[in-house]
Amino acid sequence: MAVTTTDVVVTDPVPPAAGRARLRFLRGGKTRTGLLILLFFVVLAVIGPWIAPYDPDAMSDQLLQPPSADHWFGTTHTGQDVLSQILVGTRGVLVVGFLAGFLATVLSVLIGVSAGFLGGAADEALSMLSNVFLVIPGLPLIIIIASFVEDTGDLLIAFVIALTSWAWGSRVLRAQTLSLRRRDYVEAARATGESTWRIILFEVMPNLTAVIASGFVGTVIFAILSEITLAFIGVADISHWNWGTVLFWAQSNQALAQGAWWWFVPAGLCIALLGTALSLINFGIDEFVNPRLRTATGASRTVRMRVGFTPVARTTAPEGREPAGQPSKEHSA
Amino acid sequence: MKYVLQRLAFYAVTAWAAITINFLIPRLMPGDPVEALMSRYQGQLDTGAIASLKALFGLDENQSLWSQYTGYWSSLLDGDLGLSFTYFPTPVGEVLSDALPWTLALVGITTLISFLLGTGIGVYSGWRRGSWLDGLLPVTTFISSVPYFWLGLIAIALFAVKWPLFPFEGGYDSSLVPAFDWPFISSALYHGVLPGITIVLSAVAGWILGMRNMMVTVSSEDYVMVAQAKGLSERRVMFSYAARNAVLPNISGFALSLGFIVSGTLLVEMVFNYPGIGFRLLQAVGAKDYPLMQGVFLIITLSVLAANLLADMAYALLDPRTRKEA
Repeated sequence: MAVTTTDVVVTDPVPPAAGRARLRFLRGGKTRTGLLILLFFVVLAVIGPWIAPYDPDAMSDQLLQPPSADHWFGTTHTGQDVLSQILVGTRGVLVVGFLAGFLATVLSVLIGVSAGFLGGAADEALSMLSNVFLVIPGLPLIIIIASFVEDTGDLLIAFVIALTSWAWGSRVLRAQTLSLRRRDYVEAARATGESTWRIILFEVMPNLTAVIASGFVGTVIFAILSEITLAFIGVADISHWNWGTVLFWAQSNQALAQGAWWWFVPAGLCIALLGTALSLINFGIDEFVNPRLRTATGASRTVRMRVGFTPVARTTAPEGREPAGQPSKEHSA
Repeated sequence: MKYVLQRLAFYAVTAWAAITINFLIPRLMPGDPVEALMSRYQGQLDTGAIASLKALFGLDENQSLWSQYTGYWSSLLDGDLGLSFTYFPTPVGEVLSDALPWTLALVGITTLISFLLGTGIGVYSGWRRGSWLDGLLPVTTFISSVPYFWLGLIAIALFAVKWPLFPFEGGYDSSLVPAFDWPFISSALYHGVLPGITIVLSAVAGWILGMRNMMVTVSSEDYVMVAQAKGLSERRVMFSYAARNAVLPNISGFALSLGFIVSGTLLVEMVFNYPGIGFRLLQAVGAKDYPLMQGVFLIITLSVLAANLLADMAYALLDPRTRKEA
């Protein structure tokens, strides 16, 4: 969501920094929190089916029990263990999300970078294509394609989501490539007779890393939400556990009316937690690319942000010696 | 003027692309959807429905793809979208025109509210970076990561089941007959509160974030500094200089995220059994009602395109640069 409304801001390219500076974005608290939560879910995705205390399909006589020591997240109306369903379902969520994100990123790089770099008629045609895909609402299209197919496995769902979600990344990449295309170092590479593909791969692409990464993370968020939505409305294969399937059964068995909150709250919180983690990683990347966006945390804590002025380190500029021309009421900020 | 014509041409091409995709999907998919449906409904479909299905999916072997395509267009221009199975024998067009006003009202009002609210909060939090408003950012991130439909489920669990303040489902009191009178309208508004709040809550976060980031970028521009140096009041600099420029990308972002908002609204309708397009789509998915599904896709796409066109017009009014070449 956040990804769809931030606009294409053509930022200066990431300086071709040494490895240490490149890893600096890991230092931010946001990115680190995001990565830790993501790691947690990745571990669950790997070991989930082994540590699940029960078989997610197994019914028992403990019907619709609230959370207890035996069933941490309670049970469903047929006595299935909700915790086990969520643990087993994590793998499907992550696999589809990352696979779709990867495919969509490959598509967006191919189309966006070619459009930006080639220019002319090719650019016109490719931009048109991505703009068309950008305005056509994705979810209804995904629903239609998925419901026409007989066998809706994870792989197919990932493929369909990727096919409908590459356009945003491609647009951002095109804008960024356009701004890089005429830089001196690219011109220099061209003058020394490097081939177009070498220029694209070794001169332009390294400077797009941050944009590509943030596009990838944004697409993964979108893919996870779409996938869970498809399972929730019953388009995807419901015999395959993921968090959306849990919600589908909760909804179709009137969990709400029976007050069985434990049936749908954990799955939703997992989605929200995973989505937040990915968004935090994305903020980290954005702030790395565009330092103006940094909030007063971490390294910039001692710097006072002043509208219209370069940040001034407070330790070196004593109070009262602020730059002139500022209304003093802003000090309270 | 040139700008407006360019946009019109673009939307015409997009509409053509969407309609063509809609035409091609059933024809490119493996398998025979009509056979599957006939065995599913076990003779409950009459021959007229089967004929219209065959025509819709192009299973008439005697026709070339091109003549199917022209036939598809001519029936589309007549407003013929086929017959719905779920509401057999009601035409899809009729089912959709009953549902469309509900969705339009829900999306329109909630989008307007969340745009104004989110942009307002974004202007303040971008201008006063580092204030308590920054504490709002993690909260909005969290909320925007939650699927719309799950927030809807929680809203129902809290405000319709636990504390029955608002109705559980539906668009109006079922004892009333839809009419333009006060009891019906008030009942419709009352039923719309919970779905509306759900959508606003989910959508507002994106606006706040987008606007904040643009404000931060714009407020270090030279013209903002000049405005401050001139000694203009802070309000004036904030709204007339910074916010006015910062809102432009947000408006083009508005156009782009509309598809996302509409998708979210469809899901909220499904959760609340709200009598709009989304609920029809849910029914269509459940019953494999392909004509209705395709009709829903077309009507949603065309509405989103129309809304985009309106946003572009607003953009042209607000940004003089787009009018310069006229």
